Amino acid sequence: MVDHAMEIPEHPTSTGLNNVKLAMWAFLASDCMFFGSLIAAYMVSKGRNVVGPYPEDLINIPFTSVSTFVLLMSSLAMVMALHGIQTGSLARFRIWTVATGLLGLVFLGGQIYEFTEFAHEGLSISHNLFGSTFFTLTGFHGTHVAIGVIWLFSMVLASFKPGLVTQRKSLNVEVAGLYWHFVDIVWIVIFTLVYLLY
Amino acid sequence: MASRVSVGPVPVTSEQTFAQPRGVWSWITTVDHKRIGILYLLTALFFFAVGGLEAMLIRVQLARPNSEFMSADTYNQMFTMHGTTMIFLAIMPLSGAFFNFLVPLMIGARDVAFPRLNAFSYWALLFGAIMINVGWLFGEAPDAGWFAYANLTSSAYSPGNNVDFWVLGIQILGLSSLAAAFNFLITIVNMRAPGMGMMRMPIFVWMTLITAILIILAFPALTVGVTMLMLDRFYGSNFFVPEAGGSPLLWQHLFWVFGHPEVYILILPAFGIISEVLPVFSRKPLFGYSAVVFAGAGIAVLGFSVWAHHMFTVGMGPVPNSIFAISTMLIALPTGVKIFNWIGTVWGGHVSLKTPMLFALGLIALFIVGGISGVMHASPPVDSQHQDSYFVVAHFHYVLFGGSIMGLFSGIYYWFPKISGRMYNELMGQIHFWLMFLGMNLTFFPMHWLGVQGMPRRIYTYDDSQGWNDWNMFVTIGMFVLVVSFVFFAANMLMSLVVGERAPDDPWDGATLEWAISSPPPVYNFRTIPLVTSRIPLWSEKYPEVYGGDDHGAHSYEQPDVDDEHGREHMVPGAHGDSHEHEAHDAHGHDDTIHLPNPSYWPLVTAGGIAIAFGGFLVSYIMVGVGVAMTVIGIFAWALEPAITYVAPTTSDDAAHDHHA
Repeated sequence: MVDHAMEIPEHPTSTGLNNVKLAMWAFLASDCMFFGSLIAAYMVSKGRNVVGPYPEDLINIPFTSVSTFVLLMSSLAMVMALHGIQTGSLARFRIWTVATGLLGLVFLGGQIYEFTEFAHEGLSISHNLFGSTFFTLTGFHGTHVAIGVIWLFSMVLASFKPGLVTQRKSLNVEVAGLYWHFVDIVWIVIFTLVYLLY
Repeated sequence: MASRVSVGPVPVTSEQTFAQPRGVWSWITTVDHKRIGILYLLTALFFFAVGGLEAMLIRVQLARPNSEFMSADTYNQMFTMHGTTMIFLAIMPLSGAFFNFLVPLMIGARDVAFPRLNAFSYWALLFGAIMINVGWLFGEAPDAGWFAYANLTSSAYSPGNNVDFWVLGIQILGLSSLAAAFNFLITIVNMRAPGMGMMRMPIFVWMTLITAILIILAFPALTVGVTMLMLDRFYGSNFFVPEAGGSPLLWQHLFWVFGHPEVYILILPAFGIISEVLPVFSRKPLFGYSAVVFAGAGIAVLGFSVWAHHMFTVGMGPVPNSIFAISTMLIALPTGVKIFNWIGTVWGGHVSLKTPMLFALGLIALFIVGGISGVMHASPPVDSQHQDSYFVVAHFHYVLFGGSIMGLFSGIYYWFPKISGRMYNELMGQIHFWLMFLGMNLTFFPMHWLGVQGMPRRIYTYDDSQGWNDWNMFVTIGMFVLVVSFVFFAANMLMSLVVGERAPDDPWDGATLEWAISSPPPVYNFRTIPLVTSRIPLWSEKYPEVYGGDDHGAHSYEQPDVDDEHGREHMVPGAHGDSHEHEAHDAHGHDDTIHLPNPSYWPLVTAGGIAIAFGGFLVSYIMVGVGVAMTVIGIFAWALEPAITYVAPTTSDDAAHDHHA
């Protein structure tokens, strides 16, 4: 039954769109509201800190710009990975998917470094309102990236079993790509509101 | 259409082709939408009884002044759990039961888009319900009200575990609702039978679609709010802590951004149900189909712009108050449109006052009462008088009990024959309705008066001198009338399941596809996927001289995407669509392939893992780790197991009914 594993149900759908792909779009709509609520909570809490450290004491725009660049480049790699599998090249799929995942890991590394630095300066989730809102918002984004990285590497592992990741099942990769690009786009909003406009 | 293709597939009983799997294990691993629907139904009715018991105890406590029947503390738990149970564990899952059982049947599909995700939704519901209720065992049930206002819920003011059970349970229930909403959205958008354009879908399917969209967009706000509350309570964050600059009002906004769409999540399925029942028992197609659809969509859109009317008294200022007052008054318009359409449907029809029809008419009458008091609250100065009084309690019981519950019971009676294969007892059904209708008004109408006399919500007792004694006693007596009505309901259902006469396939002379197949339906629903040429496909087929014309389709909106010559072939799954996929099961004989989802226990494992992980926050991080590991294993095993079995059923009766041309 290996053949059917990870296979997307091939009902002739009413819209002609694949069910899983449509479901991912619906999930992303929902996730928009999720991050929208988190970002709104961050924005209404902004400037209401009663004890330091304050954002201006901690935010390091050059450093985060670099990790933002890394994350954006991972989206490019994701596009290449999808192109690879769509054109039937398992090798290119693997190389670019691993690249995407590694760039995601670099971003996560940067976030861990940043969190550690902030913690040294006395910021914590319970220390003040900035800490609560900052760690919650960026932490949930980081969790999304981490889930994406696990997903990407799982697909690379799966591709070593014949028949699991193939050209005609490239939709599985496309759906993962939708998720990955969305997480990137959310970061652009967070980077702008939390970092650039602190 | 020159020639009409048969809509009703020849009913094939399950014995002829597939044996229904039996035993407890088959229910635990089931991914059949009909069985999951039955699980939802039984779970929801159980929690409806639990929530009803809580209401009973509340009314016993309030029957007399200065009552010592229960303590203030127990009372807080009782009203919190009554609200939480009725909303999240009774009405929503009851609607979910109908979504599950009916949507695939009504759109002519073999199952939902993601059968295993469907099973996951049910198990997450069950575990979330257990999580919220488990506090009773420790005498620490949630006690901060169903909307759990900050900062009453902070560790400082709610030091026990009460609120923790609520927070963790709501998280799990949110996942359940979201998973179900994705599933039904995709099912309805993508799994319709050929010819069933969007504007030919039954209204119940439309309302399910709109409800799914509301859940998808509203629940994340609740998830975020509850997550912040969880962080505040478990990790000392400051979201809702005023001393640290946090804002308790933030909770109110997040909660009601979810909470007001939630009101429509509760009522729209009931509106959908009676939009199916009224035409059938009036012998007329629904009056103003498009208006009902667009009114439903309008309610959903406006539903996102009215949340702050729950907060008129918190001091938002005149401008926000005015804006939210106007949008709140506006939402009465699409609701009024629906009511006039229902009246127009019944008007001049051959009305048959069977039990489902009585409940549907009861909804119209009672919802109007609740709707009118709702328009009163839309005015901020009036609302500031009503806020937190029994007037508000009367209002939302008229819309939720008089609206949602009436509609859902209409659906239970209407589809009982289809679901169980038995007829209910009509006389007992009528007695249930009249007692419930009477009891409902005796219980909730005097609350309007108690409210304007100044009786606040959520007080566990009141003094003899306040002049509220008589109506409170009256209300409690009314509540016992309701209890008696539900005794009739329970007796009717249980007896009918055992000794009820066998239900025919189409006991009500229905108009929608579910009545074209046997009662109860076979495991694969439709032997051959139907071709739909009308909004009332069964009536078009049964009464071609009346409903045969194209005007009952929605041809001006969408043409069926198949032609009569080849329609039937295209309807068989596997015979159409993407040619790559096609090759894989040619071997099974593509015209007769029925594919059914494989049973799976991984949805249960995944939902269980999530419940264990959340529960771990109250026990130990080891338990959280175990839960997360279980969830991850569940997800991977789920992704890697074969999802579908292809079955080539017996073909003996095919020839007889493939004579379409």
